Amino acid sequence: MATLTPDAPGTARTSGARKAPRTPRAREESLLPNSGAGRGGFWLYLIPGFVLLTVIVIIPLVWNVYLSFTSYRGIKPPKFIGLDNWIQLMGDTKFWTSFGNSIAMIIAMVIVPTLLGLVLAAMLFDLVGKKFGGRVASFLRATYYLPQILPVAIAAIVIGWILRPDNGALNQVLGAIGLGGLEHNWLGSPDTALLCIMFVMVWVQLGYPVVIFMAALQRVDPELYEAAELDGANWFQRFRSITVTIIRPEIFVVTLTSTIAALKVFGPIYTLTRGGPGTSTIVPSYYSYSEFFQTQQVGYGATIATALTIVTIVVAIFFIKAQNRAERAESGR
Amino acid sequence: MATVTNDRPAVLPTGPKTQGGAAPALAKQKTKRRASDWVLLVVAILIGVAIAIPFYLILVNSFKSPADYASGGPLQWPAALNFDGIVNFWNRVSFPQKLWNSFFISGLVAIFAVVISVLNAYAIGIGRVRGRTWIVVLFLLANVLPQEALLYPLYNMFKQVGLYDNVWSVIIIFTVIQSAFGTYLLSSVYGTFPREILEAAALDGASRWQILWRVIVPISRPTLAVIVIFFFIWTWNEFLIPLTFLVSNANQTVPVAIAVLQGDRLMDVTTTSASALLGLIPTLVFFLIFQRTLTRGITAGAVK
Repeated sequence: MATLTPDAPGTARTSGARKAPRTPRAREESLLPNSGAGRGGFWLYLIPGFVLLTVIVIIPLVWNVYLSFTSYRGIKPPKFIGLDNWIQLMGDTKFWTSFGNSIAMIIAMVIVPTLLGLVLAAMLFDLVGKKFGGRVASFLRATYYLPQILPVAIAAIVIGWILRPDNGALNQVLGAIGLGGLEHNWLGSPDTALLCIMFVMVWVQLGYPVVIFMAALQRVDPELYEAAELDGANWFQRFRSITVTIIRPEIFVVTLTSTIAALKVFGPIYTLTRGGPGTSTIVPSYYSYSEFFQTQQVGYGATIATALTIVTIVVAIFFIKAQNRAERAESGR
Repeated sequence: MATVTNDRPAVLPTGPKTQGGAAPALAKQKTKRRASDWVLLVVAILIGVAIAIPFYLILVNSFKSPADYASGGPLQWPAALNFDGIVNFWNRVSFPQKLWNSFFISGLVAIFAVVISVLNAYAIGIGRVRGRTWIVVLFLLANVLPQEALLYPLYNMFKQVGLYDNVWSVIIIFTVIQSAFGTYLLSSVYGTFPREILEAAALDGASRWQILWRVIVPISRPTLAVIVIFFFIWTWNEFLIPLTFLVSNANQTVPVAIAVLQGDRLMDVTTTSASALLGLIPTLVFFLIFQRTLTRGITAGAVK
């Protein structure tokens, strides 16, 4: 568990426990020494949480995996068909398109915001904060963060409104400044719809890394920078070897949580394009939703959902392993 | 956590720490501003403007008539304040009812989920039950899972018990999902709870149940307050499960009610803008109200 501790986004860092060296004996003891009937009594407190978790998460999850091996249209009981759904899935171009679009979501929600967020956080913290005052930096940070507070479906509606085909703000402005030739049905054309969704996600996501990274930069000792500056390191060298190294735990947290979020994108697709035009903006979560409730191919929808779950868990494990390796390398130095 | 789910990714990260940190360094360097510094400041401001423009567009165009929009374009300030779009949409979705639904669901989820989290974390962080690492991993997993993987079975289950299209289905589901994250977080907070306080309480003859509610919960209240607020906002912003489970208009939440009307033929350009405005106002208000509480909560953090 220790390895997971730094992954608490959005709250006070709770990793203190991890650093305090404890003897194995002390770790096994309850913090409450004498009362009650030994340690067993604490299990009672887990009962409500466990019952709820079992009913709402574990049983449905297992059931969903089972449904992926059945033919089920929601009315007659599911019929076991073995691996048929999975074989169909492997050859389903729509499914592969949806995962390709997930990669587009990862670019828009992880790669671009993290890289841009690193630069912006360093810029606000180092330069704006120090030379123009902390208030200017705080104000800009709050502005960058603004889209993050919206329900993502509403954020999509805001941008979707600007991109309306006939009289949307973007097309109106293009027409008004004499660039009417560039007017476009942005969300309705296969060539731009995915890019527009990506744009929405960058807009939504950018504030998250900026805020987390700026908080992390507090840990950087200014003397390190001064020393590096005296040694003749330029801004970019300092940024790379000091800033990025020190806030690496936060970079892991941001990339992990955003990648998982990117794999699950649903709201913007539902509100803006419903996966279209054609399959140009389909994502796995919307694909499974539409199999469940529109085409009523519940067994196949469950297969897509199960595949998405497997990918999500593999990604999470991969990140946590990578983080452990990095931490070990760090402490081995 | 990223449910940023649509999730979860990101609600209100740590505001407070960033507050005063730059201050000490700033005094001595503040005067030495080079031309390149000004250029970078302008770049930072331009990015801020670009991010804020959609909010500005939604704000000004929600108060125009469609004719005003057509003649003046989207960037103009409204020629005359026109509330038709807002009033139309407000009545069309019975906005107060949707607000109440969202409040009711999010509020109850926040309270229930924090109670469950406290109970779990008491056993895991303070009781240190055997196998706690795996228990925490299990809870965390519940939070990381795509909700699609639970969707159809839950849909079936709630249909069978007669809670489909009932706000309680959503309340129960999110109580579990949010408390899974709360358990993970609080367990590590309680794991560092000062042992002396617990020992003193035990010496005074307090039972476990009393220690939990009279000692641990009051001392960790600032942390719990922050968690309640996170849960509230996260639940408010949820989309997939409310969309699936709350099909009749009278039960819908704010984001769902607004999203399902997009593309409707009766929605003209300014009414659509008004719908986005009504959708974003509540969360903006929460942000303004809660920013302080969150700051206080984290800095006060008595537990730590």
